[in-house]
Amino acid sequence: MLKRFITSREALLVGAIAVLLVLISFRFPAFVTPGNLASVFNDTSPLILLAIGQMIVILTKCIDLSVAANLALTGMVVSMVNVAAPGLPIVVILMIAIGLGTVLGMFNGILVWKLRIPPIVVTLGTMTIFRGLVFLISGGKWVNSHEMSPAFKAYPRAELLGLPVLSWIAIIAVIVFSVVMTRTTLGRAFYAAGGNPHAATYAGINVGKTQFWAFTISGALAGLAGYLWVSRFAVAYVDIAGGFELDVVAACVIGGVSIMGGIGTVAGALLGALFLGIIKNALPVVDISPFWQLAISGGAIIIAVALNAQANRTKGRIILKQAEQAT
Amino acid sequence: MLKQTDKVVPSEKLPTGHAVLALKGVTKTFPGVKALSDVSLTLYPGTVTALIGENGAGKSTVVKILTGIYQPDGGAILVDANPTVFSVPQAAADNGVTAIHQETVLFDELSVAENIFLGHAPRGSFGLIDVKTMMSKARALLDGIGAQIDPEHKLKDLGIANKHLVAIARALSIDARVVIMDEPTAALSHKEIEELYALVESLKAQGKAILFISHKFDEIFRIADNYTVFRDGQLIGDGAIKDVSEADLVKMMVGRDVSQIFPQRTRQPGKAVLKVQDYAHPTEFDGIGFELRKGEILGFYGLVGAGRSEFMQSLFGITRPSAGSVEIEGAPVQIKSPADAVANGIVYVPEDRGQQGAILDLPIFQNVTLPSLGRISGNGFLRLAEEFKLAREYTERLDLRAASLDTHVGNLSGGNQQKVVIAKWLATQPKVIILDEPTKGVDIGSKAAVHEFMAELAAQGLAIIMVSSEIPEVLGMSDRVIVMREGRMAAELSGDDLQPETLVRHAAGI
Repeated sequence: MLKRFITSREALLVGAIAVLLVLISFRFPAFVTPGNLASVFNDTSPLILLAIGQMIVILTKCIDLSVAANLALTGMVVSMVNVAAPGLPIVVILMIAIGLGTVLGMFNGILVWKLRIPPIVVTLGTMTIFRGLVFLISGGKWVNSHEMSPAFKAYPRAELLGLPVLSWIAIIAVIVFSVVMTRTTLGRAFYAAGGNPHAATYAGINVGKTQFWAFTISGALAGLAGYLWVSRFAVAYVDIAGGFELDVVAACVIGGVSIMGGIGTVAGALLGALFLGIIKNALPVVDISPFWQLAISGGAIIIAVALNAQANRTKGRIILKQAEQAT
Repeated sequence: MLKQTDKVVPSEKLPTGHAVLALKGVTKTFPGVKALSDVSLTLYPGTVTALIGENGAGKSTVVKILTGIYQPDGGAILVDANPTVFSVPQAAADNGVTAIHQETVLFDELSVAENIFLGHAPRGSFGLIDVKTMMSKARALLDGIGAQIDPEHKLKDLGIANKHLVAIARALSIDARVVIMDEPTAALSHKEIEELYALVESLKAQGKAILFISHKFDEIFRIADNYTVFRDGQLIGDGAIKDVSEADLVKMMVGRDVSQIFPQRTRQPGKAVLKVQDYAHPTEFDGIGFELRKGEILGFYGLVGAGRSEFMQSLFGITRPSAGSVEIEGAPVQIKSPADAVANGIVYVPEDRGQQGAILDLPIFQNVTLPSLGRISGNGFLRLAEEFKLAREYTERLDLRAASLDTHVGNLSGGNQQKVVIAKWLATQPKVIILDEPTKGVDIGSKAAVHEFMAELAAQGLAIIMVSSEIPEVLGMSDRVIVMREGRMAAELSGDDLQPETLVRHAAGI
């Protein structure tokens, strides 16, 4: 068991994150204090939520480029709802955010499932549509901090056992989806549908429907992140989280999720997001120019993919009997 | 572990001629696996050499070394007795070595002519491809092998037999001296196989050296001059085919005598399990109706493209029929999806088990339980202990050797992957199992094991539908045979009517 963990992709990432933290601590020791690490985690929480959803979508051989636009649209809708009805309880706001995100995700899913349009095309289209809708409903105007109700802004920051609610939501999502992926028939279907769609079909799994559910989950998480994002930054506008879908995909890829489908774990998505989050938070404090920051983030992605490609190389089939018994 | 005692290398028996291509003492190791150990192989011009061995004996590795896809770790490749390194596939092609693969490796979206000349197209002015010359050269090549194929057609419009002809034309276009044919007849009908034999003869007459890989002894004895037998990555024997009998070759291949090929079965079909009536599809099949009883093996014979697999896929709910009814144990059922079929006790083991069978990135136990998840879960949550128990029960029943059920299926040998696929279907506790070409591409030792296993399943009361294109298998295993031709049932045969000639006559419509 231990041996398997040590040779796993997740362990490699844990190691890489540890090395990264040690390197940073030489330049800036305060970065690795528990307090700061907690705040880095909190900062990375929206990325973790989206990366979990994206991981499931990629697992089924699809991709969801519309997550950031979904986040922006739900964020704008709940902000405007809050402005219009400041007294609405946060529970209702959360339900609206998750509900709307789910519907947007289902829309992607239906197009992929029923019309069999390639996912990259579908979500490239809906990404633009969702952004357009943000503009339409807001008229291009911002919803600013002073327009939002205090309760609306306070929720993700509220502290519970020393951690903000935002962090707790990410932690809960990690636990819930770890269970979903390993302990439910739906989770198994995600792996099967992406690992070998033909075999999954013959086993009685509806591959299209499985992909639909993946998009639905991704949409729901994007919707949830939409509210958390606008309330945390206390602002909603058209270009919110612009380009963030690429960070999300990058987190998955760094986390060992195979872009070919069928391989990936919640832990991988979590670690991939954290790795990216640490780099993004650390580079400014160790005084690296913003231009280099982008290049370094990009470099990290390519290195991670290269390492994964090496790990995925076939080791050759086991033909000799003694070799098979030895594994 | 490997027996060395019966290793014979009677090289002096080989024809004395000038070898065009040879492997000397070649070794190839993959991490943890020795695929080839000190093997030699010699090919002579104008000679057909059959390469024989069970699955996993190292045949494919040899082909990949000869075509420059793999590089040997030790030993040498000799071209006209000169040591040569095939560092890239192009180097092999430059030395006149070409391979026609089991599954054609050509490009569906390109034209026939482009497929033939890809990589060495005739050039015109400014180095651009001279399409006119290419077309006329392609036409000449195709005419030369008696293929009536328009070189301007896209490859995807051709049937599998014609694709093979294109592959052969491509081989000829690079002026190959050595042609490697990897199970070229696997997907061909009887008539097409005859045409291929004629083509092999003509290649021989042109002085090409041919390496012919096949599982079928009748064709080896028909067209090969020499043989080379591999077992477990080692050279077991080689020589002239006229000096050996089929039994000798089988013995070298499996390292033991294989006498009884088909298991003896006592036929005692029980009550009807499956009844199909007037089953039809707009384009693929029509008027299919039959009854299948408990403990019965029903063979489906026909030429490739007779609609057998298409019908089975529809029966399994992958495609929808336009008419017809299905009854299971007397009760009418609606099968709209594979999930319905599995729920009603019908399972389908597809022909292409690699593609459609196992999920290589998942561990053994998850593969085995995949179609049975409904039984081992409640409210969508899996009961892992039950799942493991189910997987253990069926893998043990098939004597699957693997260290742990956590092992990823991709790390297993081909034979064990197949066991995983079969265990998966048995775990659903089916009433009817459809086996599509159960022994295609399976070596002779494992074939007997598959047949025995089928007999055992039938004896346990399972109703089996076996789709097969191999006449001995159909005759040896089936209680009854339905012959299909062009999407319809041409005949239903049993008892004394089960004769090879009768099958072929009905299948071909003569």
